[in-house]
Amino acid sequence: MCEIACALKHEGVPDPLFSRIKIFEYIPGIPVPQLCVQCPDYPCVDACVFNAMYVDEKTGAVIVDKDKCTACGLCIKACPGNIPRRVKDLKYVLICDLCGGDEPECVKICQKLGHNALIKAPKHPGQGAKLYAVAPDKIQTMLVKKILGVEV
Amino acid sequence: MHGVWGKLLYVDLDSDKISEYKIDEEIYEKFLGGRGLAAYILWKELGHKWDQLDPLDPENLLIIMTGPLTGYYPGPKLIISGKSPQSLGVIASGISTGVTYEIKRSGYDGIIIKGAAKEPVYLYVNDRRIEIRDAKKLWGLGGIDLFKALKEDIKINFSLWGSDDYPKFIYIGPAGENKVRTAAVMADLTHGAGYGGYGAVMGSKNLKAVVIKGRERYPRPADPDKVVKLLNSMIDKAYPRMRLSGFRLWGTPEALWDYGFVRSSAPVKNWQEEWHDRPTVTHMAFELMIWTKPHRSCPYCLNVCMHLSKISYKDKILITDGPDYEMSQFLGPNLGIYDTEAIARLSALADYLGLCGIQTGSTIAFAMELYEKGVIDKNDIGYDLRWGDAEAVERLMFDIAYRKGFGNILAEGVYRASLQISKLKNIDITKYTVHVKGIAPGAHGIRSRRDYQPIAYAVSVQGGDHMSVGGLPADSMSSESWRAVQDSAPVCKFATLGSGYDELLATFIGAVTGLEFTKDTIYKDIGPRILTLQRILLLLGGPDIYWDPRLHDDNPPRFYKPLPSGPYKGSFVPRDELEKLKKEYYKALGWNELGIPTEETLRKLGLEEVKTAVDKIKKRLKL
Repeated sequence: MCEIACALKHEGVPDPLFSRIKIFEYIPGIPVPQLCVQCPDYPCVDACVFNAMYVDEKTGAVIVDKDKCTACGLCIKACPGNIPRRVKDLKYVLICDLCGGDEPECVKICQKLGHNALIKAPKHPGQGAKLYAVAPDKIQTMLVKKILGVEV
Repeated sequence: MHGVWGKLLYVDLDSDKISEYKIDEEIYEKFLGGRGLAAYILWKELGHKWDQLDPLDPENLLIIMTGPLTGYYPGPKLIISGKSPQSLGVIASGISTGVTYEIKRSGYDGIIIKGAAKEPVYLYVNDRRIEIRDAKKLWGLGGIDLFKALKEDIKINFSLWGSDDYPKFIYIGPAGENKVRTAAVMADLTHGAGYGGYGAVMGSKNLKAVVIKGRERYPRPADPDKVVKLLNSMIDKAYPRMRLSGFRLWGTPEALWDYGFVRSSAPVKNWQEEWHDRPTVTHMAFELMIWTKPHRSCPYCLNVCMHLSKISYKDKILITDGPDYEMSQFLGPNLGIYDTEAIARLSALADYLGLCGIQTGSTIAFAMELYEKGVIDKNDIGYDLRWGDAEAVERLMFDIAYRKGFGNILAEGVYRASLQISKLKNIDITKYTVHVKGIAPGAHGIRSRRDYQPIAYAVSVQGGDHMSVGGLPADSMSSESWRAVQDSAPVCKFATLGSGYDELLATFIGAVTGLEFTKDTIYKDIGPRILTLQRILLLLGGPDIYWDPRLHDDNPPRFYKPLPSGPYKGSFVPRDELEKLKKEYYKALGWNELGIPTEETLRKLGLEEVKTAVDKIKKRLKL
């Protein structure tokens, strides 16, 4: 439901296609929520050749300039977790903007539905956050091994 | 009509031809989608030769359907249909899986599969790319092994589209490959579309899996603002509702105690009893002993009713999702098994082999009773088959899935197996056979009168399917019309559970499709139309078995025996009461007293074209 809340907030449609947060669940029962972790060195911003991305000073979120972005996909390749998303026929990429710094919509709905799986966490100094920027299938492989004890 | 694409993907495996199958607006308005549309397509394509068509013949169609509400109403549901190898009619078998969203995202409302491939194949759809791929490497695999092999074969690439580039898929296990009539079409490791036996149909087409990833937006609803408003109001109500119901904490296993002990309507030892008081077969036992991870839901669902259970079986790790209420009953008390771990293991094994737990469990229970009564013995089966022997059940499940020895007979499902064994042993064993029109009923008995209505299964157009039961009054949520519309939208039955949901669903359908849609449309128009068409195809039947409403619109003989134990001891439904209720129900649907739709009803529902089929049925029944 967080995907629906996100899509509603940003694009005004309840279609998870437009969500900035994505639940990866190749192995059922072991879902991996995937969204921008705001790496300290912002490789995606560096990779952009159209100057379409900048870092919000207040929140540290990556903001995409919808007019300049061409959805070329360079930032996706640059991201250590391939987290930005392209949508067919949409002229810009989707990256989490932390909903402007207040409580994000995905967190709100997760709390509202009583799952408490998502919370807004403080940012740690240093390179720590980058550890989370891993492709979702790799995270899932680790989780499956941990929970079920099998290699997938 | 809004909310749908107006076309289906048509795959002919005989010639490897892929085309589009267009459907007129008017047909959508008459049948909506999902179950209704599948029944219509089957009638249109196969109606003229229905009674000569073997369901496992390549000519049969496997129809995988979404509907107008897919993607809009919270919770996924995919409908699998075709001519059923169990009932020989049309069964709409529901399965909860994200595949339904991916089909809709690929620009189609469903997939029709015709013919049979010469060698094992799987269908791969990625956006506009549609391929029939070699599945030799996948053949024989089930469960997590298949997931692993498929992941290697499809090569997920995140660097192009970002972090959601992974397809969803439905597949069959070894049971489906061997055309076992109790095989399910599987998805997400633990979900199965079991009723109908479409795993066997998929196997008869040599189709191992359908792998699909779509990239389109959902078709625009008629009134987007209203859809968002309805969605938000559902989100607001969801948590208080779930928290109070306990459904979220325990899911369907909560019913184990409710139906097994309180209401006395759960099958015990092939329905000889319907009551037990064993604490080991309860949601509490599962919670304490089995669940690896509580709280798990289908994508975009507001109800959270599943769990993740990890089961070690020999050198394998198997997964099951609860097991849920039906699995626990049919692979537990109905086989005399009360060991919590054994039940979870058998359920995981059924998922792994791709067997429908309800049909397979019922068939094994039937065999166990025959063993108890001395009709069959160790020489027939190869080993002992006593109540409560989980290891023997395990062995028999493998024998059924691979059609070995006695398993080959049981793989035909409870009704056909009983015919074969009757012939083999020259004894009438119908009194031990619990089925309605070839389908073993779900774990909701009718004898205690605290669960489903007496006519629930007898009048159902899907036989023993507990997810599509009839009942009175015919314009309420007890009627099968409600089930037909739920399956045509399609929505999950747990996402529409509780009073007032028919009103909500009608409003929701109206907002998405732009049709005038009220409760009356459900109960007086679309519902009866779908049921009437399904009823006619069911009575056409064939080619080897035909149903006679005078004999087969009935409860299994066992249901006429008074309950031998529990708080409702002695309770049952007498035949004259059933007959009375049946007539009342048929009349409300505009059918005659044998449940054959009248000419006037056909005209009213705009089904004049099926009149020839009705005449054919009447001629066969000598009416």
